[in-house]
Amino acid sequence: MTKVDIIQVVHDKLGYSKKDSATIVESVFDIMKETLASGEDLKISGFGNLVVKEKKARKGRNPQTGEEIEISKRRVLTFKSSQVLRRAMNRE
Amino acid sequence: MTKRELVEKVRERLQDYPLKDVAFAVDCMLEGMKEALVRGERIELRNFGVFSVRSRDSRMGRNPKTDKEVYIPTRRAPSFKVGRELKKIVDYGKDSHGL
Repeated sequence: MTKVDIIQVVHDKLGYSKKDSATIVESVFDIMKETLASGEDLKISGFGNLVVKEKKARKGRNPQTGEEIEISKRRVLTFKSSQVLRRAMNRE
Repeated sequence: MTKRELVEKVRERLQDYPLKDVAFAVDCMLEGMKEALVRGERIELRNFGVFSVRSRDSRMGRNPKTDKEVYIPTRRAPSFKVGRELKKIVDYGKDSHGL
């Protein structure tokens, strides 16, 4: 499934034109991205949470040269799936 | 941000569309994505990331309360791999072009 298929779903169910459906779908993903970029988590009930985690700076090592390097503090994105989604994926 | 707040934000940007249509569209999107994962399909979102389905092997687990061994059957679990662009902008807005 790609964005095109998601636009198709909205078009089929909502009855909007492909163009209007695409506008909405693009805006949804844009806002999701902007929210996460600002450091705020996204909590989508029934699907899961996209959580921005702060990672502290730590010392690492280049495995090839053995040289010690500083890994600076950073932010990473993690996904915690909803139990509702996991249950649905495992129904027989 | 919750789903409801997401809907409100989208509607702020797309004032030509009724709020209830935006809300329904968001539900349709999420339902469609959920159904794809239930079918075992990957969802590839350019500039965002990929949701995929992984299988977890069966194993013996233990109930920490009763200390009884329990069998955990094979199961499917969703996984998300963040895309390059989103990974960059989440990390302190490094290289935030495209927004």
